Amino acid sequence: MKKSLSKTVQELQPSGIREFFDLVLGMKDVISLGVGEPDFTTPWVIREAGIYALEQGFTSYTSNKGLYKLRLGISRYLNSRFNLKYNPEEEILITTGVSEAMDLALRAVVNPGDEVIIPLPCYVAYGPLTILAGGLPRYIKTQLRQGFKLKPEDLERAITKRTKAVILNYPGNPTGVSYTNKELADFKRIILKHKILCITDEIYGDLSYDFAHIPFASLSGAGQFSLYLNGFSKAYAMTGWRIGYACGCKDVISAMTKIHQYTMLCAPIMSQLAAYEALVSGKKAMDEMKREYQRRREYVYEELKRIGFEMVKPQGAFYFFISTKNTGLAGLNFARKLLKEQNVAVVPGDAFGSDYKDFVRLSYCADLDKLKEAIARIEKFLRRKQ
Amino acid sequence: MDEILEVLEKDARISPQELARLLRRQPEQVKKAVKGFEKQGIIVGYKTIINRELLQDNNNFVSALIEVRVTPQKDVGFDKIAERIYSFPEVKSCYLLSGTYDLLILIEGRSIHTVSDFVAEKLASLEHVRRTTTHFLLKRYKEDGVILKRKRENKRIAISY
Repeated sequence: MKKSLSKTVQELQPSGIREFFDLVLGMKDVISLGVGEPDFTTPWVIREAGIYALEQGFTSYTSNKGLYKLRLGISRYLNSRFNLKYNPEEEILITTGVSEAMDLALRAVVNPGDEVIIPLPCYVAYGPLTILAGGLPRYIKTQLRQGFKLKPEDLERAITKRTKAVILNYPGNPTGVSYTNKELADFKRIILKHKILCITDEIYGDLSYDFAHIPFASLSGAGQFSLYLNGFSKAYAMTGWRIGYACGCKDVISAMTKIHQYTMLCAPIMSQLAAYEALVSGKKAMDEMKREYQRRREYVYEELKRIGFEMVKPQGAFYFFISTKNTGLAGLNFARKLLKEQNVAVVPGDAFGSDYKDFVRLSYCADLDKLKEAIARIEKFLRRKQ
Repeated sequence: MDEILEVLEKDARISPQELARLLRRQPEQVKKAVKGFEKQGIIVGYKTIINRELLQDNNNFVSALIEVRVTPQKDVGFDKIAERIYSFPEVKSCYLLSGTYDLLILIEGRSIHTVSDFVAEKLASLEHVRRTTTHFLLKRYKEDGVILKRKRENKRIAISY
């Protein structure tokens, strides 16, 4: 059977922690700090709009690019919030989540053998999507002691004649680390000099706690070298609706639309209508959730510090990427034992780059009572081990 | 609204230490602020929301909403008569409204009879009360922002990227 599978797929790195995932899914009564999605349900105003869309019989295809009113809404939102200007006619594409947008982006720009720069640790999909698009991922490791931030000189060093694009995800999964205006300006200088495309996954942009989020595309002169990806999943707790969007130059968006029309056709219409409602009236609920994440972040940070974990205080998203070195256990072992002994799930760091074996990702997408209980169990686990 | 209030309104059991940690303030500072809110009457109490429908002895409990039309008095308007009404311990809530009637009060009692006795003997007989309309409460769906139906378990998968 193996013979009949594509070589590319066969060569894709199987996720080393699949087995651990299966272990978690097979267990009952787990307190999970291993999720990559909000613990909140989609705010009712938005759900209600989705239900209403179904009641009204909105069950058809939409234009490939997505409903015009949603694109227009996104265009206005980006303009008023970040002074980002995109023409809803030809510079915005609605996708089924940022995952699809990233896939389309890479397939639209990468030629066989082109390199795509990806800072580590990173979201699991970037490398495999690059390979599936025929490209070569060129990883740059970032270290805990440098705050998991990409250094401009490392970026410049990684650029070769074959470099087509760099992927920046900020605030990032799994570290929650983000970039300031000044740091982005340093990247911009290099990106403009070498004329490569900067694909930014800014899905956690609205969940920035320490400083205002700045889209790379909004820096002066960055426009034609940037592709801005965002969506509704995280900030509006809409993961299951699968609505993302890509904004960029007409050429890139139209190339992406070409692939999208053959593969996905369009994003689900009822989800698009719900997303439109999120733009119109979801802000209050989103701000409330954001404040809740921010409070949890403070709480969990102090607790983890007290217990003795080394980490960077995340500036956004809802994750901590913590070092398990002081516990004498590698991340995967730590996760496995913690799950077996205390029924608490976290994600081993290897998932986000093979060099992060001494880390685990812990998400604070759980209410405060659960977080308290989880932290107490982690402490108990460490005490028993000694 | 101060974020202290936002947190306390959702969970009054939280300790000042925890509250301080959540908001990145000093525990002393938080304690002082809470005391201040209490003194100013912004925080008026801490209580538990009970879903009485699930209690064994729920049979001995009825609630009614009563619309009350009153004659306002010179100089004090509705306040004086409202005070006479809300001072009864049976009255759990009392509001002045615009519209076709003046006061809306929530009464709790052990049976329909205790409630109707209260209306007939205490309330309707008050000097400035002109008319009352009693609505017995049949079912509670949501109380103080809390949906009373027990939540279904979270169906989110336990681990994801």
